[in-house]
Amino acid sequence: MSTLPAVDSLLSSMADQLRAHLDARQISDPAFVGIHTGGVWVADALHAAVAPEAPMGTLDIAFYRDDFEQHGLPQRVRPSELPFGVDDRHIILVDDVLMTGRTIRAALNELFDYGRPASVTLVTLIDVDARQLPIRADILGASLALTEGQRVKLTGPAPLHLTLTDAATN
Amino acid sequence: MRLTIEGARVIDPASQFDEITDLHIAAGHILALGAAPEGFSPNQRIDARGLIACPGLVDLNVSLREPGYSRKGSIASETRAAAAGGVTTLCCPPDSRPVLDTPAVAELILDRSQAAGNARVLPIGALTKGLEGEQLSELVALRDAGCVAFTQGLRPMGSNRILRRALEYAATFGLTIIFTPQDADLAEGGMAHEGPTASRLGLVGIPESAETVALARDLLLIEQTGVRAHFSGLTSARAMDMLADAQARGLPVTADVAAYQLLLCDEDLTGFSSQLHVMPPLRSADDRRALRQAVQSGVVQAIASHHQPHEAEAKRVPFAASAPGISSVEILLPLTMTLVADGLLEMPAALSRVTTGPAAALGLSAGQLSLGGAADITLFDPAQACEIGRNWLSRGANCPFIGKGAPVAVTHTLYGGKLVYQTH
Amino acid sequence: MSLTPHHLQLNQQGQLRHFLTIEGLSRELLTELLDTADSFLEVGERAVKKVPLLRGKTVCNVFFENSTRTRTTFELAAKRLSADVLNLNISTSSTSKGETLYDTLQNLEAMAADMFVVRHGDSGAAHFIAERVCPDVAVINAGDGNHAHPTQAMLDMLTIRRHRGDFENLSVAIVGDILHSRVARSNMLALKTLGCPDIRVIAPRTLLPEGIDQYGVRVFNDLRVGLRDVDVVIMLRLQKERMQSGLLPSESEFYKLYGLTRETLALAKPDALVMHPGPINRGVEIESEVADGPQSVILKQVTYGIAVRMAVMSMAMTGQTTQRQLNQEAN
Repeated sequence: MSTLPAVDSLLSSMADQLRAHLDARQISDPAFVGIHTGGVWVADALHAAVAPEAPMGTLDIAFYRDDFEQHGLPQRVRPSELPFGVDDRHIILVDDVLMTGRTIRAALNELFDYGRPASVTLVTLIDVDARQLPIRADILGASLALTEGQRVKLTGPAPLHLTLTDAATN
Repeated sequence: MRLTIEGARVIDPASQFDEITDLHIAAGHILALGAAPEGFSPNQRIDARGLIACPGLVDLNVSLREPGYSRKGSIASETRAAAAGGVTTLCCPPDSRPVLDTPAVAELILDRSQAAGNARVLPIGALTKGLEGEQLSELVALRDAGCVAFTQGLRPMGSNRILRRALEYAATFGLTIIFTPQDADLAEGGMAHEGPTASRLGLVGIPESAETVALARDLLLIEQTGVRAHFSGLTSARAMDMLADAQARGLPVTADVAAYQLLLCDEDLTGFSSQLHVMPPLRSADDRRALRQAVQSGVVQAIASHHQPHEAEAKRVPFAASAPGISSVEILLPLTMTLVADGLLEMPAALSRVTTGPAAALGLSAGQLSLGGAADITLFDPAQACEIGRNWLSRGANCPFIGKGAPVAVTHTLYGGKLVYQTH
Repeated sequence: MSLTPHHLQLNQQGQLRHFLTIEGLSRELLTELLDTADSFLEVGERAVKKVPLLRGKTVCNVFFENSTRTRTTFELAAKRLSADVLNLNISTSSTSKGETLYDTLQNLEAMAADMFVVRHGDSGAAHFIAERVCPDVAVINAGDGNHAHPTQAMLDMLTIRRHRGDFENLSVAIVGDILHSRVARSNMLALKTLGCPDIRVIAPRTLLPEGIDQYGVRVFNDLRVGLRDVDVVIMLRLQKERMQSGLLPSESEFYKLYGLTRETLALAKPDALVMHPGPINRGVEIESEVADGPQSVILKQVTYGIAVRMAVMSMAMTGQTTQRQLNQEAN
């Protein structure tokens, strides 16, 4: 089993990358959007570190999932909250673990039902290299190579901590 | 045809006979009890050890649905079901189509039931033409055609004046009137007992007073006119009290209750099963308790099936739109025997409620085992629980007890010495 | 020989698969439903008020009783979930009711409908459909006889929760024709399940059902006593037929005794909510100035109704989906 990186150090490197990214793109008024649940925690941390005055929203993508036919609605659905206009906005979309890419697909669809953003920058803490869709993070904390049956999960909100579960040993 | 039933526990409530013995039958009649008469050689023997032999059951209310409702049942199909329930004598109410208000209809029913040969059918005539409550039927002609009593069923009389005159006319000729008291106005639109369950289910209620108001009027008019009267299908505790009071005053009134009323109550309607839609309605658990007590004490002499078979479509609708009634003649004995299983009645007393009790109520010569009398005999296994509905015979499968267990199983039914039902 | 009914509305995992009545549902499930409705309420505020959840599904609104309002909110709810919607208004007068109901629904089921929203004049009609006609299609009761109107009750609960936070310390009064009201029955059950400690019903005895105490409510015959210090007033619609059937002498006497006016509303708490399932009879059960006044949330109820129906539809579809998978695994 590989050792998991500490979340704090990943976050500070991501904050640096994000600042550079925003400078390079000349984005001065981004809006942060975290995807429930882990993505919100990561977004909170980056938001505080990079642009505390920027607006911050949350998305629960339950209504946009592509597996309703298989799993139905999850037990707890929270309202999405975007307390700002999405039209012409530069959105920093944040999630904890990028796996298949399906969550991001759903989040993008949901985002576009609020309006037409100027750009979307995808930020994720971890990429486990299991993507099934052509989606890639612009800002990434770390890549992890997992073996069959392994899953990585972010626990929080404080302190944020990564844990590895193994379906084979469970 | 000579037959010997060997080793049954023979119970005859009429003569209070209760012994394990043999019964010998010849030419449709009971020839002897105990030792076989000199030279008697049966050409059939029934090994009845462990079984109970009792008089064939008398059921005061069995809708045969013929003429007029062949989708629901026929004389042949429903008398076959009756035989399976141990019933050898049954009364059919007049709500056929056409209504049983002419000798021609009575004769048709008698002819067809004789042809079917499964049970003795005794028609009950309509008190008024078309059961419309206005003009009297030709009661004497109907009596002569074989009607044993007269009724309006649940249909109202046009007025109290007409009712009073009908009773006086019937009293003139010693005819028996059967009442199912339910005030049509108080019951208007109703489909369930007015109480917490109907309220919760949003079903329009029929108050207990619909029964008791009508019963009070009927009792007063019976007393005034001196007519011979029987109450059929009473449902409420209050009615039981009123009936007991009337009997205590010396009024010679008899009564039956529907067997299913002794087992079900309005709380069972939760879930809206249209199979439980009956009229008059299932009342409260307290009412059911009072009905059971009245059956125990003898205030109610008879238990009847109030058999009402329906085609599947009549029940394949929401509760309120469904036709009321339960198909139950073929479980009259098992349902009655639950009273024994529950410790309410001893076996002979329970049997009297479906034999001598109903026979005496209408003055019928049936429901007893007498030497030289018709060999109407029911055999059942008191130790053999059975699943209801295994070999269902009624055309109507509208029975909420199907699939449930019953404490006893009818094994043989003899009607006039002929084996009209046998298990296996 | 007892004949106990089973839990028709829930699948083996306790999820909603039909929504027929509030009776028998847990506080947790009702709360989950309200939480989900809260999320859908937010969807209604977006530029695109639609989510792809029920894409490819067919929802049939089968109305045996006419109700444009209720049908419209169900239709809108289904469309906001991206379902295809079929509206059928079926008159009960032309043919035998039962055959129409059974045959119509079997036909619709054969057309691969995934959900039936049913309104019917007979109490128990929705139960009948869920139990006897098509148990694998989610059945939503949009009002059956005098029995139940569970989506209306839940939108009333959502209204109360959004304006008062919770139910723990509330006094809620339901006023008017309780006897004939499926809304009142469902509301009493929902309030009780959600922990409302003081539910009052206010009506003359002719408009109260037998055995009302089973709901754990307090009964008042005098509006002026019953309204004292309540937090919420739910008014019920009074049908004109009630005057003909001897239940009430006249509309004006009813209004005098049980009408909600500025004067009678003043007996309630100063910020008491005024609710009504609609359509309202101005001057019969409620004064115009009260219906349109600052305490009235009657129009809010309509908005909340769409979100509640979206929540019910998506939860019932979830329950059916899960049950189907459980069945497949069992085979």
